[in-house]
This record gives sequence, structure tokens and C-alpha cells, in this order.
Amino acid sequence: MSFEPITTIKSKVVKLQVDNIDTDRIIPARFLKSVDSSGFGKNLFHDWRYRPDGTPDPEFVLNKPEGQGQILLTGKNFGCGSSREHAAWALYQYGFRVIISSGFADIFRTNALNNGLLPLEVDVDTLARLMELHQSNPSAPWTVDLQSELLTANSRLKTEDCELQTAFDINPFRKQCLLTGSDVIDYLAGLKPQIIEYEANHTI
Amino acid sequence: MKSKTLFDKLWDQHEVLSLEDGSSVLYIDRHFLHEVTSPQAFAGIEKRGLPFFRPDQAIATMDHNIPTTGQANPVMGVESGLQVDRLKENCAKHGITLFGMTHPMNGIVHVIGPELGLTRPGMTIVCGDSHTSTHGAFGTIAFGIGTSEVEMVMASQCLLQRRPKTMRITINGKLEAGVSAKDLILYVISKLGTGAGTGYFLEFDGEAIRSMSMEGRMTVCNMAIEMGARGGLVAPDDTTFNYLIHREFSSAGEQWEKALSGWKLLKSDEDAVFDRQETFKASDIGPMITWGTNPGAGIPITGTIPQGDEKALAYMGWQGGEKIMDQKIDYVFVGSCTNGRIEDLREFASYVKGHKKAESVTAWIVPGSKKVELQARAEGIEEILNEAGFDLREPGCSACLAMNDDKIPAGKYCISTSNRNFEGRQGPGARTLLASPLTAAAAALTGRISDPRRVTEDCRL
Ligand code: SF4
Repeated sequence: MSFEPITTIKSKVVKLQVDNIDTDRIIPARFLKSVDSSGFGKNLFHDWRYRPDGTPDPEFVLNKPEGQGQILLTGKNFGCGSSREHAAWALYQYGFRVIISSGFADIFRTNALNNGLLPLEVDVDTLARLMELHQSNPSAPWTVDLQSELLTANSRLKTEDCELQTAFDINPFRKQCLLTGSDVIDYLAGLKPQIIEYEANHTI
Repeated sequence: MKSKTLFDKLWDQHEVLSLEDGSSVLYIDRHFLHEVTSPQAFAGIEKRGLPFFRPDQAIATMDHNIPTTGQANPVMGVESGLQVDRLKENCAKHGITLFGMTHPMNGIVHVIGPELGLTRPGMTIVCGDSHTSTHGAFGTIAFGIGTSEVEMVMASQCLLQRRPKTMRITINGKLEAGVSAKDLILYVISKLGTGAGTGYFLEFDGEAIRSMSMEGRMTVCNMAIEMGARGGLVAPDDTTFNYLIHREFSSAGEQWEKALSGWKLLKSDEDAVFDRQETFKASDIGPMITWGTNPGAGIPITGTIPQGDEKALAYMGWQGGEKIMDQKIDYVFVGSCTNGRIEDLREFASYVKGHKKAESVTAWIVPGSKKVELQARAEGIEEILNEAGFDLREPGCSACLAMNDDKIPAGKYCISTSNRNFEGRQGPGARTLLASPLTAAAAALTGRISDPRRVTEDCRL
């Protein structure tokens, strides 16, 4: 999947304060019937977002004015469950580029990175603080600076009034991929000579 | 030489390159494919102009998105048909062995791999499916991957991975009668939590694991992912070797002997250090059932539905504070890569033999593979089931993920031998209770949540 590089994201933040959001929640299995990797954004969080009759549920955050933005702020252990990459596609195609949580499931984290989504992990206390900040002004824009690995959050409209700045970690190789919009497949395919050499001494 | 865990030994053996930042280029021995998570990956390599690097190491099946009745003349939605057709085309084009619907070797990917002898000790195994962890029961590094990674393996037979930490989970002592592998793993997840395994690869050990059949070990490793672990493994032993001998794709003669001598060395060193160690007593474990909306919500079947998680309670339609026993159920689903193997059907059948299904219950018994289906017929299991009021369906993932028509209606309670009870997993609004085949059998007979150790004594329906 090709994606737009990420450098700095400045955006309003969508808050979905639920722990352990699994990939069946992010996109239910019945929407995985496509053989393409596009068109999943409209079914993101489907069973929360729409009522059984198909109309949008006005109570759900994505259907509210504050439901637009490139940053999703959410509870712990995000993306657990099924390995479906459709979850990452749906989030990206809806418009998210950054997911903030105190922890991501392993497969989801990799899927996100492979699709131009930054899984931004903070500790539990910071996450709680971020939730509070968002509460006090849900429309304040936050900034994620990937190059300097810094998240700047605030509850006011002017970013100069920063109230919380926190560094985050990202693997240097993965960071490079996100910054340039490149992926791992070309890198691995380029290693064929070493792989063939390895195979010569390896029995299955 | 430094002592090592089995996981670390296998990882080291499969490391093509070790990068400065600590990640590895890991060689993959076996790649399983299915219709749902592969089409975009096939399209991906084609778009890049890359060949399928090692087609002989890939095997494809159809399982997630197929009907479980009338497979010979399937009536499928346009999109479902599309995935099935696309897999056929892709396999033909790239020279991949495919076990399509009705093929005698077709079935759920994690059931057929072991059953055909395609899964062998010491391998690295991946599939675009999180329950690939199942294959760890054979002493393999097996884990689920996303579609981009499926594409990586197609293109290079390798993955770029960070080495997980290791956790050993030891279960001492023996499980009592009526308590199964499923209860054991539901118990462990309920104690450690659904996120406890994140960043870890597990090794299961201890007498309870050693005395377990391969089917049981597969059930345990299957659900390693439900505590967030990349996978879980069990060191191979005679139980493993006896299971694998004479399987369709197992080697024979001298080759088998040679492989066997290598497999016997696959174990963690005595003094190997794990990053984390957890120990449990088998005697503390009884039949388990989940009350809530994640696999960590397991409680003893004699227990009380806990209060506190209002969201989950509301979804499940419970108050909290009441006993789970005797709650009414509507559906029973026996199947999936957790408990859809022949041993599971045998257990279920021996329990319901001579009794009758409760009229209020709709039951779907779905074999994990065509071989399981045929074997169930040959062993007389189907007859026992029919007499007790149950039908045996055709193989597939079925109501485990409700991608086909096998959906539990909104608001209905389903005792399910599968592995996930997430909101909506078995259909929008469906209420899933995870349990063992025996507990499912007890509920199928009574129409209520019942202790499988007691139904046969008291109910004799
Ligand atoms: S049976 Fe369920 S868990 Fe297993 S592979 Fe199929 S959908 Fe996944």
C-alpha cells in the first residue's frame, strides 16, 4: 500500500476513550469481502457508528462535529484481536494518520506502520493527562512532529500555549519509512542475494 | 555456550540478518494463505513486478468466507464468490498448492496444517491470520501477520521483525476430569489479562501441558494471541512425534529418522532465562466460561458475573452480581481452529450420546476440516449427533467470525467453542460465551449454562 509521507501533523483530535478496542470493532468481518484495499473508511467503527437500520448514530463521536481530525486519542491495548490489515486501511482511509494510546497490539502496530499510520505510544499517566486536556477543549489542535519525535498537546486554540509536550519513541527504520512514504517490501526484495545464501545452509 | 530458550534457538536459526536497531530479517519456512487476507498481497507483488519468490513453501486453503452447507453447489454473495475465485486464479498463476472448497484436504488453515503434516517442529510459520499461533503446539515459531507482511513473505520469504521477549507459563499438576485445554487457557488469560502477552512470545510447559494431546496443546497455543502474545509454543516430545508420523506430508523412512533426531533436541536449556515466568496449579482450574466481551472475561462456571464493567454488562444484557450457571442460552457453536478438531467432536459426541438437544437451542457443529468431517462420519460421530438432534455441517470458520451466513442474531446468547467474544464478533449484537466443547455440550442439552461435571450425574435428561 502506498501512503502519503508523514512529517508534521497539526490537527484536531478525535477522542474515543475505550480500552481494548479490537479490530472486529474497528471493522467487522462482514466488511472484509473486498479483494481491493480501498473503500474501507466508510465502515470504520461500523457497529458503533451506525444504528441497525443503517442511519448514523448521533451519539457516536465520528458523527459529531468533533469527529473529524487526523489524530485519534484512544484507550489502552488498541487494535487487539484479528490480524486484519483492513483495520489500518479503514483508519487511514477515514483520514487518521496518528493513533495515540498507552499500548498497541503487536500485529496492529506493524500493520499501522506498514500503512502510513503512526502508532504513538505514551505511558498510562500521560494518556490520562491527554484525555483531560482534550476534555477541557476538544477542538484545540495538537501537533505531532515525527522528525523530532515530539507530541505537543494543549487545551487552547493557539499552539504557543502548549501545556504538555511529550517525546515518543519510534524505530529509526520505521520512522524513515513514514517520513519518506516508502515501505519494507522493496527493502526485503533487495536482500535476495543474502536470502539465497542463507537458504543454501538451511533445511526445512 | 550461553543457555537459551527454545524460542531464541529457533529465532537465531532463522535469522538471515540482524540489524543494528535490534530487528531481524527472519526467514519463513512455511506460509499459509487464505482467501480473505491474500488478494491485496498478490496484487501488491504483481504491481511491483516481483515474482512469488518461493511458491513451494506456500499452501492455500479456503475457510473464512465460505458457506458450511451445500459447498458442492455454493450460493454465495457476489463479493464472497469474488474472493474464492480470486484465490483460485492467484494460486494457478503463481503455482501455489490450493485446497479449495470440497477438496479432501480443505479446512481451516490452522487445522489442516498440523493434520496434514505440513506443520513440523522447528519451523517458522506465518499466515495472514492471528491464530497462526496454533502451530506453536509443534515447537515452531508461528505467528499471524497483516497483508503487507503477507506480501513481504511472497516477495522475499522473509519478514522484518523485532525479537519479542520470552515468557514461560508453567502449569503444574494434572487437570481433573471434565476440565480441558480450553478451560486451562481461559483460566490463564483471566488471570494475566488480555494485554499481558503484548511484546512476548510464550512457552507453555509443566505436567498439565506435557500430559495433553496435540489437539489440547493446539487449543492452548491458539489462544496465546488472546493475551496479546505474538504466539506460544510447546517443546516437541513423543506426543508430537506420534501425532506427526504417517501424516500425508510427513517424511518417512530415513528422512523421518533424520528429522526426528533433530526435533528431539528442540527444547529450552535447563537454566535458560525467560523475561517473565508465570506458574499455575492445574488443580485450581475448573470449567471456565466468559461472561463479557473480551477473552480475558473468563470465570469459573460456578462463579458470579462480576460488577463494574457497565459497557460489557449492558452489551451482554446482565446486571452483574448474579450466578452465571443456569442462565439461558439460545445457540451453541462447536467448531473453529480452537476446538473444531476430531478430538473436540469426539468429546462433544460422547457427552450428548443418548440424550437430546434442548428444543430451545439452535446448534451448529462445524468440523475444522474435510478430514475431520469424514472422520466424524466414519467413526459414527455423525450418527450419534443426529440421534441427539444435532447436524454436522461442512468445514469452515463459520460463526467464529460470522463472515458467511452463519451469524448469531442480535441479542441471542451463544455458547461458542471459538476464541473471541468481542462485541459483534459472531454477528451484530450477538452475545458470545466462550467455553470448552464439554461445557457447550452440557448447555446444548439443558438450554442453560451448566456444569459439564454435573449434567451427566443429575440431569440424565
Ligand atoms: S476459525 Fe475463527 S479464529 Fe480460526 S482462523 Fe477461522 S476465523 Fe480465525
